[in-house]
Amino acid sequence: MTHVNLKINGTETTVEVEDRTLLVQLLREKLGMTGTHVGCDTTQCGACTVILDGKAVKSCTVLAAMADGGCVTTIEGLADGETLHPVQEAFRTHHGLQCGFCTPGMIMAAVHMIERHGANLDEDTVRHELEGNLCRCTGYHNIVKAVLAAAHSAAK
Amino acid sequence: MYAFTYHRPKTLAEAAEQFDAGEDAAFVSGGHTLIPAMKSRLSAPSDLVDLSGLADLKGIEKDGEQLVIGAAETHAAVAANPVVNEALPTLAALAGSIGDVQVRYRGTMGGSVANNDPAADYPAAVLALAATIRTTRREIAAEDFFDGLYATVLEPGEIVTSIAFRVPSEASYAKMRNPASRYALCAVFVARFPGSVRVAVTGAGNDGVFRWTEAEEALSANYAPAALEALQLDPAGMLGDIHAEPAFRAHLARVCARRAVAAPGKLTLC
Repeated sequence: MTHVNLKINGTETTVEVEDRTLLVQLLREKLGMTGTHVGCDTTQCGACTVILDGKAVKSCTVLAAMADGGCVTTIEGLADGETLHPVQEAFRTHHGLQCGFCTPGMIMAAVHMIERHGANLDEDTVRHELEGNLCRCTGYHNIVKAVLAAAHSAAK
Repeated sequence: MYAFTYHRPKTLAEAAEQFDAGEDAAFVSGGHTLIPAMKSRLSAPSDLVDLSGLADLKGIEKDGEQLVIGAAETHAAVAANPVVNEALPTLAALAGSIGDVQVRYRGTMGGSVANNDPAADYPAAVLALAATIRTTRREIAAEDFFDGLYATVLEPGEIVTSIAFRVPSEASYAKMRNPASRYALCAVFVARFPGSVRVAVTGAGNDGVFRWTEAEEALSANYAPAALEALQLDPAGMLGDIHAEPAFRAHLARVCARRAVAAPGKLTLC
């Protein structure tokens, strides 16, 4: 067993976990934060994407112990009370989801992408940088629209 | 995944001690190959010694005619690094073509090279750029380092600390990706040095990455795509699977080599 200290969505958290516990298991099973999804569990689909120390990572392939001392933002950390985060709002406005399973990962990847590119984000870059997020409904078109809209509205 | 004990050493010496003390220990860096392998129980180490936080394995610098990159530098760090982009832009582009955004934040150069996946990108650069692999015990020439599929000459407990690439006058990399996994079905790294050309092929060989000496000779005589027209690799030495037959991979090697030569200084995704 190991003690893991993390700042999760701004809250200092200490959890005792087995060494083999994945970051996503810590979030979902230990803390009940089930917004972060497990899709493929093989580092491909990106449904488990969270922001760890400022970088988008696949939390199914990071050990909780490896993240010790780090800062994690999950989908639960985006909205301000009842007010959705601009990227969440854009996904709603542009219907950037069908079944919604991939959405938390898509939104976390998009938040990180917009942080890096800002209003310079273009469609090619969005499509390229969403390579690590799979939507099995194949709803990419509206996802790309939503990311672009959020990027452009953030700049205003 | 089976249970194991996780260690986060503060120094290389401590990492070596923790490795030696484990019954069947493994080093981990980004873990983006090892953790999936452990989940599927293809790998079951007793101890994981995490190298990713060691300062001794970080750093990127130009040292005379060599570009030296710390083993724990991530693909994202290599892709974005100004020194790499200045000295060896093709290597930066190669790093930026591995996996996806999230994978590139975790995966490391040292981990990729030590794992020697037959479809990995870095081994082609290491071999074509006549790199030297520096470890906690010695310096190993790229020629002597790779030892067949998923195998290298690294001894148990030996840690790759950095890789020193010889800076070429020109380099290019062309990759045909598997459309689903995005791993290389075949990729060719061409490096041009004063008086010589080195060509390394990854993704295709049934013994892992290899130098294509016939292509090197042809390009040394005439550095042009046309010089490769008549060359044909023997399919008997190629990998075959549901994605590509050996003859197709042999064909792809020539196509990739030609496209690499035609686009100097660049990454070409075929």
